[in-house]
Amino acid sequence: MAEHSAEHVVSPKIYAAVLTALLVGTVLTVEAAKVDLGRLNIVAALGIATIKMTLVILFFMHGKYSPRRTKLVIAAGFFWLAIMLGLTLADYSTRHAEPSRSQLNQPQSSLLPRS
Amino acid sequence: MHRTGELFGQFQTLEQQKETASLGMWVFLVTEILFFGGLFLTYSINRHAYPTAFGIGGNMLDLNLGFGNTVVLIASSFTMAMSVWSAQTSHKKLVPLFLILTLALGSVFLGIKVIEYKQKFDHHLIPGHSFDITYCSKNPSACNLSGKDLDDEKKEIQEGIEAEADEAKKQGAANPEEVGAAALNAHAQLYFSLYFGMTGLHALHMIVGAGLLLWLILEARKGRFDANYNTPVDNVGLYWHFVDIVWIFLFPLLYLINRHLA
Repeated sequence: MAEHSAEHVVSPKIYAAVLTALLVGTVLTVEAAKVDLGRLNIVAALGIATIKMTLVILFFMHGKYSPRRTKLVIAAGFFWLAIMLGLTLADYSTRHAEPSRSQLNQPQSSLLPRS
Repeated sequence: MHRTGELFGQFQTLEQQKETASLGMWVFLVTEILFFGGLFLTYSINRHAYPTAFGIGGNMLDLNLGFGNTVVLIASSFTMAMSVWSAQTSHKKLVPLFLILTLALGSVFLGIKVIEYKQKFDHHLIPGHSFDITYCSKNPSACNLSGKDLDDEKKEIQEGIEAEADEAKKQGAANPEEVGAAALNAHAQLYFSLYFGMTGLHALHMIVGAGLLLWLILEARKGRFDANYNTPVDNVGLYWHFVDIVWIFLFPLLYLINRHLA
């Protein structure tokens, strides 16, 4: 693998462009939340957040200009996160919860707010 | 002894030495991704289990303050990136300037967070003895709630209680209406526990970041960081941007989902 000659300097112009994109994304996500898109609301919110995160990692954090082994570590982090989220949520969403007996029999007043 | 960018024996080139430092920082950040990931997972599962109560809780947050804080934090990430650029290009005077701007914006973020926490305290939304999700709809003047906002909140809570009561009826509860009200309060409390847990852990990271920035500012004023040696600025920058990314996800998840229902 070819060695990089010097550390990569990202120009302020690129930083300013990323800043603008992030601010536009923030306004977009708020406006999208005010419209009733049904289940797509959560998709839009997380989609915009993911794009914003990608911009921060690639440019602010120099991910785009990092050596490949650093990129591998970054990717590994999200890979493990995906395992944790994916497998746990798969379990929760496919398991049928029975109403537990203890929940039915417990004195419900313990749940009431104290006034 | 202060490091000035000399080559240590275990490395072949300065560049390799620098890359190793940021690789190490990234390995730490991976552990942080999984650390916060656990909380995001807990939040997702509970949000899925109690969508009504979580929706009501989310709508009680102040959208303007949350939006303002997002803008402030993104701006601070930009100034942090600019301080890295200043160091890399040996603009020694600019390094402390951009670091001070970053610290100032970070402090504004924490200040706004304090205002929000105080508001939740006044509105009986701190999990514990006096938690009461209906407090604001019952004492609208104490929460500066009036007109359409008040009607919306009352309607939303009433619908929430009915949804929980239906659930209780299905499970054979004798007094579904009462159980419904109690269940909504308990589940909304779960939302606010997660809200304080997640934003609190994030704020703690901001406070640690502020301490690191303070240290960098003192060093940078001595002109210690330049094109030859800027590893501390670079690595604190990585940390600061990571904390920004956490907020980029916290904001929509906590403040925005179900906002259209209000």
